[in-house]
Amino acid sequence: MSILVQPDTKVLIQGITGGFGATHAQLSLEYGTQIVAGVTPGKGGQVFESKVPIFDTVDEAMKETGAKVSAIFVPPAFAGDAIMESVDAGMDLIVAITEGIPVADMMRVRSMMEGSHSRLIGPNCPGIVTPGDGPESSGGCRIGIAPGYIHKKGSVGVVSRSGTLTYEAVWQTTLLELGQSTCVGIGGDPINGTSHLDILKLFNDDPDTESIIMIGEIGGSAEEEAAAWAKENCNKPIAAFIAGATAPPGRRMGHAGAIISGGKGTASAKKEALREAGIAVAETPSDMGSTLANIL
Amino acid sequence: MNIHEYQAKELFEQFSVPSPQGRVAETAEQAQQIAEELTGQVVIKAQIHAGGRGKGNFKNGFEGGVHLSESAEEIGIIAKQMIGQVLVTHQTGDSGKVVNKVMVAQAVDISKEYYLAILMDRESRAPVIVASTEGGVNIEEVAEKTPEKIIRETIHPLAGLQPYEIRKISSNLGFAGDTAKQFGNLLRALYKLFISCDCSLVEINPLVTTPDGQVLALDAKFGFDDNALYRQPEIEALRDPSEEDPREVAASEFGLNYIGLDGNIACLVNGAGLAMATMDIIKHFGGEPANFLDVGGGATEEQVTNAFKIILGDSNVKGILVNIFGGIMDCDVIANGIVGACKQVDLNIPLVVRLEGNNVEAGKQTLANSEVNLIAADDLSDAAEKAVQAINV
Repeated sequence: MSILVQPDTKVLIQGITGGFGATHAQLSLEYGTQIVAGVTPGKGGQVFESKVPIFDTVDEAMKETGAKVSAIFVPPAFAGDAIMESVDAGMDLIVAITEGIPVADMMRVRSMMEGSHSRLIGPNCPGIVTPGDGPESSGGCRIGIAPGYIHKKGSVGVVSRSGTLTYEAVWQTTLLELGQSTCVGIGGDPINGTSHLDILKLFNDDPDTESIIMIGEIGGSAEEEAAAWAKENCNKPIAAFIAGATAPPGRRMGHAGAIISGGKGTASAKKEALREAGIAVAETPSDMGSTLANIL
Repeated sequence: MNIHEYQAKELFEQFSVPSPQGRVAETAEQAQQIAEELTGQVVIKAQIHAGGRGKGNFKNGFEGGVHLSESAEEIGIIAKQMIGQVLVTHQTGDSGKVVNKVMVAQAVDISKEYYLAILMDRESRAPVIVASTEGGVNIEEVAEKTPEKIIRETIHPLAGLQPYEIRKISSNLGFAGDTAKQFGNLLRALYKLFISCDCSLVEINPLVTTPDGQVLALDAKFGFDDNALYRQPEIEALRDPSEEDPREVAASEFGLNYIGLDGNIACLVNGAGLAMATMDIIKHFGGEPANFLDVGGGATEEQVTNAFKIILGDSNVKGILVNIFGGIMDCDVIANGIVGACKQVDLNIPLVVRLEGNNVEAGKQTLANSEVNLIAADDLSDAAEKAVQAINV
């Protein structure tokens, strides 16, 4: 198994005709992912790359194709609406790749989602990969923008707020022959759908996941909350890295959520909380894989 | 993004949040004219973003960026000594900031000072109103020493601010009668402003009551959600590039995410998390990062070239570390950008390059075939170590 998505998961892409969405829809198809539908309002009836039918609405696409997961590649101004459309249609999982959604929009989206059964991953995230058995891990489920070939089917669960740092961790665990069960980018925004803690719980219950790498960064308190839970409840070894030890306070470091405000959310406080919970903290981003290997 | 005090006041007026009468002036004559329209004591304030204006000094010898006077003529004379001059405060650094405008406003008598703020709270994923009877002081200290004096009210994002919430906050602040009514109007107007302008923070410190029964916002601090600026053209127009780091202004023109720091090893990285981690690893090996620079996931050759120019424009920089994990991004594009930049600028400091990922062999070949004098690194640790060594030779 794996968490959230499997090789046979049927995926729909909102914004499949945009440049960014099209590029990554194509890469996911090449990886072997079941991309069964696209949605672009006004382009219903067209076909993407002569195989994926395009619909005007998520509701219609779901009914016709049985898609259960939606990936959002819609520009920031329309992304909040796109997420809500998928929630309303009853998607199990919504993965929002879009970067730059206004915070007020995400606040309303999260509020609107209360009581629904949909889970949101992101926004501003690289997506999810469950590696497959094929060459360069193909045959798996790739939703989002991560490079497929760096993965290897295996036992490490990876959860991260950052895209390229996830790739570092994935690549290191691939080189160490450990491989990954599932890799989840939860995104770098201050208001997101799924936290480190939510993913740790799923990894803890997943028989295919034997160990976990958790990557965090400055800002907020999500890493501390995950650490507190892990201390009491997680029965799998965890290695972690926190980015931003040298970041100046009060400045937004690329990600909207990566900001130390009012002296809170510093890297040192997070590392301290992780160590206190018995989590092995990597000193540098080069050591994420080896730090995990050392505790296995 | 920060705005000037006079711009905050103009936003207050637009949304009917009461504040003392006054306006901004760009010349001494205008300043005097505004003062003539007011009665009694008038305050004149130099308009720069940095704090500590009152205790700051001008490079022309004039003391203080904030003055009081009852004479309009004197306000004009003071304005003349401020406008176009450089003000140095504890927050501006030694170079100071040029004062282009002054604000002239009615000085008010204060009965009591309060604190009032609305902020976008990431933990509760909702707007939160924070209020206190302890105004005019550092609110973080109040929160630490006397947490019972801090009122927090979480507003439902879809329902918005309700009348009962206003009554609750007003009552907790001890307002009654007409004062409560005025405070309620002010808070309602402030919440409308907060939502309409996509603010991340509006802080009034102090909010004051006056002996003649008014409730006024005396000073304000604003924060805006950068992600929402596309739909807030009027707010974006308030940006004052002369108040920002010129390197950051230049970078933003090319769609680069750059933050200047004090160290001497510049870095160029793809991805915000990796860019932060690259700064950290430089420090880990005993170096000091000169900047945060994320070229993004879809950088072009031109962007890389411009990123190099910005990095090299910083005279503190003694070495450069390029760290690229090309997931989807083609490493060869980065390599061509580096070669292109080195043709246009005279590179005479060590350059360490670590390339990994998509099309990495072609990228390494492009660099090897070029005339660029660089140090190749195997992984991120190796790159950081080599960069630190290179500048310490």
